[in-house]
Amino acid sequence: MLDEIAAARRDALARARGVATVADARAIEPELTGRRSLLGQLKQRLGGLGPTERKDAGQALNAAVAEVEATLSTRVGELAAVERRHRLENERLDLTERLTRPSRGHLHLVTQTHERLEDVFIGLGFTVSEGPEVETDWYNFTALNMPPSHPARSMWDTLFVDWGEPGTVVLRTHTSPVQIRVMETTTPPIYTVVPGRVFRRDTADATHMPVFHQIEGLVVDRGITFGDLAGTIEAFTKAYFGSEFTSRLRPSYFPFTEPSAEFDIQRPDGSWLELGGCGMVHPNVLANCGVDPEEWSGFAFGFGTDRMPQSRHGLDDLREMYTNDLRFLEQF
Amino acid sequence: MEVLLSWLNELAPVGVDVAALADTMNDLGLAVDGIETVGAPIDGVVVAKVLGLRPHPDADRMQLVDVDTGDGQSLQICCGAFNMAVGDLVPLATVGTVMPDGRAINRAKKRGEWSNGMLCSPAELGLSSDAEGIAVLPSGLDVGAPVFGALGVSPDVVFDLDLTRNRPDAYAHLGIARDLAARLHVPFAPSLGTTVDVDGKSEGITVTLDKRSACGRFTAHLVTGVFVTESPRWLAERLSRAGMRPINNIVDVSNYVMLEMGRPNHTYDMTKLEGGGFRVRSAHSAETVETLDGVTRVLTTDDVAICDGNDVVIGIGGIMGGASTEIDANTSAVALEMAWFEPSAIASSGARLGLRSEASMRFERGCDTDDMAVGARRFIELLRLTCPDARLHEMVDAVGSLPPRPAIAVRTSRVNALLGTELDSATIKDLLDPIGFATKIGTDGVLQVQLPTWRYDATAEVDVIEEVARHHGYGRIAKTVPKSTVFGGLTPLQRDRRLVRQVLVGLGITEAMPNAFLAPGDLERSGLPGTAITITNPLDADESVLRTSLLPGLLKAIAYNASHRRLGARFFEIGHIYGVPDEPATLPDEREIIAIALAGTPAIGAVAVLDELVAVLAIDGLRLTPTARPGLHPSRTAVVTVNSAEVGVVGEVDPDVAAAYSITERVAWLALDLPALLAHPHGPRAYRKISRFPSSDIDLAFVVDDSVAAFDIESTMREAAGDLLVDLQLFDVFRGPSVPQGSRSLAYALRLQSNERTLTDGEVAAVRKQIVDAVTRRHGARLRG
Repeated sequence: MLDEIAAARRDALARARGVATVADARAIEPELTGRRSLLGQLKQRLGGLGPTERKDAGQALNAAVAEVEATLSTRVGELAAVERRHRLENERLDLTERLTRPSRGHLHLVTQTHERLEDVFIGLGFTVSEGPEVETDWYNFTALNMPPSHPARSMWDTLFVDWGEPGTVVLRTHTSPVQIRVMETTTPPIYTVVPGRVFRRDTADATHMPVFHQIEGLVVDRGITFGDLAGTIEAFTKAYFGSEFTSRLRPSYFPFTEPSAEFDIQRPDGSWLELGGCGMVHPNVLANCGVDPEEWSGFAFGFGTDRMPQSRHGLDDLREMYTNDLRFLEQF
Repeated sequence: MEVLLSWLNELAPVGVDVAALADTMNDLGLAVDGIETVGAPIDGVVVAKVLGLRPHPDADRMQLVDVDTGDGQSLQICCGAFNMAVGDLVPLATVGTVMPDGRAINRAKKRGEWSNGMLCSPAELGLSSDAEGIAVLPSGLDVGAPVFGALGVSPDVVFDLDLTRNRPDAYAHLGIARDLAARLHVPFAPSLGTTVDVDGKSEGITVTLDKRSACGRFTAHLVTGVFVTESPRWLAERLSRAGMRPINNIVDVSNYVMLEMGRPNHTYDMTKLEGGGFRVRSAHSAETVETLDGVTRVLTTDDVAICDGNDVVIGIGGIMGGASTEIDANTSAVALEMAWFEPSAIASSGARLGLRSEASMRFERGCDTDDMAVGARRFIELLRLTCPDARLHEMVDAVGSLPPRPAIAVRTSRVNALLGTELDSATIKDLLDPIGFATKIGTDGVLQVQLPTWRYDATAEVDVIEEVARHHGYGRIAKTVPKSTVFGGLTPLQRDRRLVRQVLVGLGITEAMPNAFLAPGDLERSGLPGTAITITNPLDADESVLRTSLLPGLLKAIAYNASHRRLGARFFEIGHIYGVPDEPATLPDEREIIAIALAGTPAIGAVAVLDELVAVLAIDGLRLTPTARPGLHPSRTAVVTVNSAEVGVVGEVDPDVAAAYSITERVAWLALDLPALLAHPHGPRAYRKISRFPSSDIDLAFVVDDSVAAFDIESTMREAAGDLLVDLQLFDVFRGPSVPQGSRSLAYALRLQSNERTLTDGEVAAVRKQIVDAVTRRHGARLRG
């Protein structure tokens, strides 16, 4: 009996080791260890043996079945791993074969710039204000301390609109009219910036567009000083351009501010970028908006924003920003 | 304004450190646009005499010039200029010379002929801007001598200043020197005209001043002992370096006094001045005068007419003198006019006449009201360099309305409150006195500041505060950051607008920025007839109409990209349109519109974008109603309403309009009045509890007449299903043989679910029946088997 068990064991082990696929292994499992297998038939014969013999043969038989099952299970594991490897290998993809491009849209550079600028000023506690692009003479000039025939009006090449009395409605030449609108409708304190589109009667070239963009800032509060203006410009400079940038103010002239200044940004290499104009809000402007200049003081600043992406991205011609050419827009 | 270093130093010892002076001027608000060194000698450039001129055998644009450089030998030069003659003296850059631009002059063959140096133009030598031809030098110079020494040219530095409107004083060397001296703490005590005494009455000159508002003051001096000749070389050189052409000794002195003191003036030949004097009045309408430039000008009553004693116009006040009294070779006595004209009168007069002169530019900004006596003496002082017997006679003075120059109160506390400084009264006085704002320290920290006659711009306390800041130094004011006392941030509209932009970008749509101006005909081409507002003074007729729709601009953008073989462009724009308002209004009806144009996409693509926007903004109550709109496809367009209020339109561009822009693709179109849309209550969405119970799905297909909108079928299904319906999707639309003509099959997948229990088959069947009954009854639909 023990010899028969040994022979059946050898035979079963050999067949278990020899299976070629997981499916085959599942198929032959009953033939190796099932009731009708050689080992199974031997098991049925145990009952006819004497107690000692039966014990020995039973142990041998159990050991043989366990060994065969383990061997088959190991074999199944090996085969499953190989088959998985083959199956997945057959799914191999060249991930650089890209038939479709990502189809994300792109924000215009002007929008990207304005959002960055707005976020800097929001961080400084400012709101964002807006106003119409077609404006009355009052908001664009007169309220800004430039009554009719004021010589400083010639500082802007104004586009007039055929609306109302001739010469009374303009395409705003700057975002400053929104200062007036904000002061007329808001009781100070005011901390706000005004990004927007402005218009000049100017021929388009690499650095000028007849339609372009500005951002304007206005602060009106008790005790606001020229030092506050300089400090706000400096804080903006560092927040927007980087902590290694600094700013300076130089005396200048604008009818709606006094003292007035140009402000320049110094790059880390020491060179200067003339950015914009600023100053303390002129008392006449405050008074025009019903704000008492003895109680409140304020500052305003403004600069063109179209050139900011120019330096950021190395563009050399403003006109390209307005061609709406996807080959341009999709770069940013 | 061109300012010479040597001239400044004559008026105040400001020094010769050019870079430091430029920094100081910038810091004072005298913006330095350029710095040019002029008249610096170039080693190796000598006086050469032209011995002969021969054609170049192999070049038409060059000739061979034989010159003598002092050794009696003939030296051959190839030269591209032809303006010299045999015997002329010309400047020769000899072999080895390095020109200011870095070019080294070598012995070289030009088209086979040797050239032993280069003949120079005035521009190449930095003597003037004249680059036409070779400089022909005055005769009598030593041949072979260095040119600069022989000419007596002295080097100088020219600062090109970009001046602001509020600095009338800065249009003069005197004003710049005063500002610099104050900042640099050096003496400023120019002694202009002090060598001249006044010599008896100005016989034969009377002044009648009628136009007293535009002409605040008119003074005249008789000047005798005059003859016309050339100016001294140095004086002519200064004028040309400062940008004015030398003419003769009298005109040059006149210009010199203007550039030095900012004091415009005009000279009349006494023998041509009829009627014994001047009358200043308003010009008569259509009165004419021939100005010095030989042009006959037609005047209006706004112009200031300078007339002679016979009331004949002989000049336009503040703008330009007349030809009839011009200085000529026979002039022996002149009447010297020094006047003050009201700035805005001169500005409008000059603008209307299209005439701007150095004088009018200064009058426009506001000249000194009280520098005439010194100016006249300085005039004579300089004139005596050529006319030693020139004599100045007493001023005839007529005063009209001059701007008041009071002493004004300036509060020290106000200075510091506005600037953020802690300056005391004495320090402020020390800043103001040197620039002529004579300051007296009063009680209670109030200063009495005398406004100078040369600062027309300064009228109020704040003007003086600006001067304090300027001379204290903007850079010395400590930078402080005010702590905002408001809550910063975006408004809800601004936040939503950013969200909309981000969603559109995520949907693969790119932001365009077309021009806000259209060409006439653009609107018609877009199928949008009707009135549009125009620009009064467009630079270009193609940009003369304010857009009433974003459609033309976006179609142009699509067409532009298609023409560069980029089909399927997907654009959005958020921009303003400017319509004619329904009611009379001060301003046009300006609205902010968001428009989306998707090339290569049928109308339903725009509806999908709309659905996404409405979903992200959490706007309820949306409805699409078929409509026809100009420019849009008549059977593929719907008006978009929210709670029955119109907020925009969605659909497809009329194919004829697209074709008018040479667009061959379908273009899906969505335009929304963004503020109107966002004015509807929206967001935040209320949380809907997630059910723990299983859901049941049912599919329903209805055959529906084409006239019934799917939207209405869905509304009915939602209503009939009630709260148990958690999802409803249209998954198939079928038109074909098994469906009657004029209708289609709409197949929907519905998911039903309760928050409280697992739905029984009976409950699902009941809901299904309610839905089917409602749809079939209300819309004449038939459930498809």
